[in-house]
Amino acid sequence: MPIPSRRGVLFGGAAVAAGALATACTGNDPADDAPAAQSAAGGGDNEKPGRPVTIGFSAPAADHGWIAAITKNAQAQAKRYSDVTFRAVEPTNDINQQISAVESLISAKVNALVLLPNDGQQLNQVARKAMDAGIPVVNLDRIFPDKLSYRTWIGGDNYGMGVAAGHYVGRRLKEKGVAKPVIVEIQGIATLPLTQERSKGFADALKTHGFSVTAKQDAKFTVETGNQVAANLLQAHKKIDALWNHDDDQGVGVLAAIKQAGRKEFFMVGGAGSANAMREIKAGGLLEATVTYSPSMAASAVKVARLVAQGRGMTDLVELQAPQSITLASETVTRQNVDSYLPIGFES
Amino acid sequence: MITDSRPAAPAPPRLRREVRHAGLVAALVLLALVGLVTRPDNFATSANLVGVLALASTIGVITVGMTFVIIGGGIDLSVGALMALASVWATTLATQSYGPAVMVLCAILVGTGAGLVNGLLISYGRLVPFIATLAMLVAARGLAQRMSDRRTQLVRPENDAIEALSTGRILGLPPVVFVFAAVAAAGWVLLNRTTFGRRTFAVGGNPEAARLAGIDVRRHTLLLYALSGLCCGIAAIIIMARTTTGSSTHGDLYELDAIAAVIIGGTLLTGGRGSLVGSILGVLVFTLITNLFILNGLQTSDQLIAKGAIIVAAVLLQRRGLRTPT
Repeated sequence: MPIPSRRGVLFGGAAVAAGALATACTGNDPADDAPAAQSAAGGGDNEKPGRPVTIGFSAPAADHGWIAAITKNAQAQAKRYSDVTFRAVEPTNDINQQISAVESLISAKVNALVLLPNDGQQLNQVARKAMDAGIPVVNLDRIFPDKLSYRTWIGGDNYGMGVAAGHYVGRRLKEKGVAKPVIVEIQGIATLPLTQERSKGFADALKTHGFSVTAKQDAKFTVETGNQVAANLLQAHKKIDALWNHDDDQGVGVLAAIKQAGRKEFFMVGGAGSANAMREIKAGGLLEATVTYSPSMAASAVKVARLVAQGRGMTDLVELQAPQSITLASETVTRQNVDSYLPIGFES
Repeated sequence: MITDSRPAAPAPPRLRREVRHAGLVAALVLLALVGLVTRPDNFATSANLVGVLALASTIGVITVGMTFVIIGGGIDLSVGALMALASVWATTLATQSYGPAVMVLCAILVGTGAGLVNGLLISYGRLVPFIATLAMLVAARGLAQRMSDRRTQLVRPENDAIEALSTGRILGLPPVVFVFAAVAAAGWVLLNRTTFGRRTFAVGGNPEAARLAGIDVRRHTLLLYALSGLCCGIAAIIIMARTTTGSSTHGDLYELDAIAAVIIGGTLLTGGRGSLVGSILGVLVFTLITNLFILNGLQTSDQLIAKGAIIVAAVLLQRRGLRTPT
């Protein structure tokens, strides 16, 4: 996933605002607040029914809560529009099956495709085929290497997640006035580029506060590995000031390990934004914050696909067409704002 | 390292076993020394050592069952999947509504039941153990994913008696460590002091001879896999206590960890010979390695290399020790 350009961040903000509004409540129509000129340039109220379109959707089969929420969010968003017919193909983790599923959507001549590929490289060819056949592809999160294979990319920002976590940790430690803090990081699968980007963002943001990571250790995104790694890591450092855990699902195991070790001297920040983590934050325990990588992006992708298929732009922007790339900002959920995030928290 | 390298005068089996245990104990001592030297302030604390024992308890309980199966001439590849399935079944909302006692019972019944199915397929269905338990591995993981809808199932707050098995302290140790110790002790008595144990060695060593000696080989094999399943059920309770969850992702690759511990413990993969104490020492060696690596801030990939090297070294030693005319 690319490091966000300034443009990407701007668009990301807009898309997130639109997504949050859409998910939070239907009555709050983003177009209502749009200035007249922009609204004219955008071609009217985007929420009003337009030309009827069929949107095809293909994603991997759910192997954890995040992917499950992706499909659910896309479906729910499509249901809000009377002018959208939603055609989701059977989710699969098999590359070949996903390719033939996308091919079936192409031959059904859908008006737009929303694709979360099992693997961007391997699905690139079939996405290109759709684009060549005149079907705009909205590429969700896992990016196709070839820009001719998609009309718009929308996805999360792993580097940004690390940055958000790093800034939260840095600011809190400054507030507390800790001089030489022990900062510990529990990663996901270490070999994945997304894990490396998260860690880099974390280290870079901490550096701006004059801090660095004391120790990091990789788990495997599962509760059990999170528990095992945390149990050992807590013994390696008798006093910890802050802990960032990359993933809220493995975070359940991390929190259990902390409780079993009877440790209370530090605060913890999570990652991804699961509903469970948000409930922990609300309850006010050791877990003070989590940084989002929200599956609500699937709802935004359906919104964008609808606009692209209907030839409409985003009303909050001046341009007549939807943007080419949207990188969502990683947002920091704390006790202060958790209530507004709970609706988009996913069950892990 | 102490090894028996006198080919001319082979030591009696009992002595050889002691010698191999001495090797593993020496390895543990060596690892402890490494810990003391590299992290003097963190390694020898009671919190760390208790933590190592608690971490060893899940895989340890499973390894006890695996030792019986392997000595009996079989293999059980489904252990990790059975633990996952038992943990998921015991944490469904329906099961949890009956309280912690039923959750514990449920985990044990699911583990034992699935173990019985393994045993039936192998002993009466005449499937090769490798294939039968491989099929069970795949099917049990699938069922666990379906039951949990691939979600992580939290143990509900009203059932926190389960978590107390891990957070509580009896004589300074969490109860899960006593569960591990009890299973290991019961396993040792069963293997070394009862007819059941002697039959296990006989069936694994030479099933035909065992049959001619009047042992019901098929029934005994069935019981061995049920025993392994029971251990998986108990391990599921421990993992629920440790992580406060049931999940289809629990116990990933436990089958390989358990087999590795059994092998470096000196049990023959072909059956008929082996030692439970060795298996337990093997589990402790592996858990201690993980602990030492994380204490020293080394990544998982390095641990895997070290574990691989230890397995090879142990088996090479084992072969030297066993190069005797039998």
